[in-house]
Order: sequence, then C-alpha cells, then structure tokens
Amino acid sequence: MSDLHTVNKSPFEKNSLESCLRLSRAGSAILLYEDAVYAALKGTAVENMIASVAGDRKVYVLGPDYKARGLDESRIIDGVEVVDYAGFVDLVDANDKVQAWV
Amino acid sequence: MKFSIQVNEGPYQHQASDSAYQFTKAALEKGHECFRVFFYHDGVLNGTRLTTPPQDDRNIVNNWTELAEKYDLDLVVCVAAAQRRGIVDDGEAERNGKDATNIAPRFRISGLGQLVEAAIQSDRLVVFGD
Repeated sequence: MSDLHTVNKSPFEKNSLESCLRLSRAGSAILLYEDAVYAALKGTAVENMIASVAGDRKVYVLGPDYKARGLDESRIIDGVEVVDYAGFVDLVDANDKVQAWV
Repeated sequence: MKFSIQVNEGPYQHQASDSAYQFTKAALEKGHECFRVFFYHDGVLNGTRLTTPPQDDRNIVNNWTELAEKYDLDLVVCVAAAQRRGIVDDGEAERNGKDATNIAPRFRISGLGQLVEAAIQSDRLVVFGD
C-alpha cells in the first residue's frame, strides 16, 4: 500500500509542504507541481526539509511547471526526480491513493 | 485504469484548471479512462461559454469542451456552487426564473452525489485546486 501526495503551493507561501512531509508515511511518493516546484531548488531554506525525508520517501517535481518558472534543472536537489504529465499519470496509477495538499 | 478528476478552482485564477486539464489529457492519451470531471466551488467557472480570453491566450473552457468531444467525457458542474456563481443551463433558468443561460457545450449541471459516485466508481480520484 502506497500513497501519492501532491503539493501545489510554494513552501514560502503556505505550509502545505511542511504538513505533507510531517504526516506522510514512509514509502510514500510526493509530487511537487505548480508553485511547489520551488521546493525542489537547491540552496533554499526548505532544502533540509526535503533532504530529511529523502531516505524513506521519493520526491518528484513536475518538469513543465519547473521549466515554466525559468528554473534550471541543474539546480534541482539531488535525488528529486523530474517527471512530465505522463509521469504524473504513472505516479497516480502506481500508488493506491492520491492525497492533494491544497 | 479509471480516473475521476475534481477541480476546485476557477480558470485563470492560479493554475489548477490548467493542471487538471493537462493531467486529464495525458491520462486519456495513455489509454486510461476518465469516468468524470467534477467542477466544485469556483471550479464551476470552468463551465461558462461566455468566457472570452485574449486570442493569444489559452481558452480553458473550450479546451475542456474539445477534450470532452474527443473522448466523450462527462463534465459535471456542482449545482449549488453553480447557482451561487451564476452558471445556468436551461433547467436552472426555468427553475430560478433567469433570462439567460451560459453553460458551455458538453458541460452539465448536477449534484454532489455525482462526485460521490465518481469516487466510488473510479480507481483514483485526483483533486486539483487551491
């Protein structure tokens, strides 16, 4: 049994990512999309938050949203995987439930 | 796999309507089935045919209608949310004494039971919104 958590707001705007990381279970997948893609950047105040779950949860970032914000893929935190919309669909398919942290 | 989609945010507000559309399109293109798209709260504003964005901007309402025509999608607008926000079809105009309708092609107005049914009948319910 595995869960997919989706986060769509910047961690510098809302605390939904923090809630998601605190409450999601080990083995979950977490997808950062829309303004949440900023959480995938290296060198920000929330980088440690992402790193703290890297051992037991898999973090993904939606590439089209990341690129639409003018961000460079070289600045993505190591271990965070880039997916496109088809990859988003595959994540929903592969996990039993989808929880949107809106 | 059978998906249903819930959209809680209006078009052109942030990005939820666009994300929901792109996700639904990608799922259908991969051969998945979409049981229903349910528009709730400000999401009902996705269903007015009076939307007229600038020509060089995407027309989110038309995008939904065209996707629904191509894949025979069931686009359902929540009736209570629609009444509050002025989304009207023939039945609602008649019932509430309105002088016009604005529901976009391929959309229909129905109740929250349609969302519950979508959640039961589908393998996954994916929620987009604020």
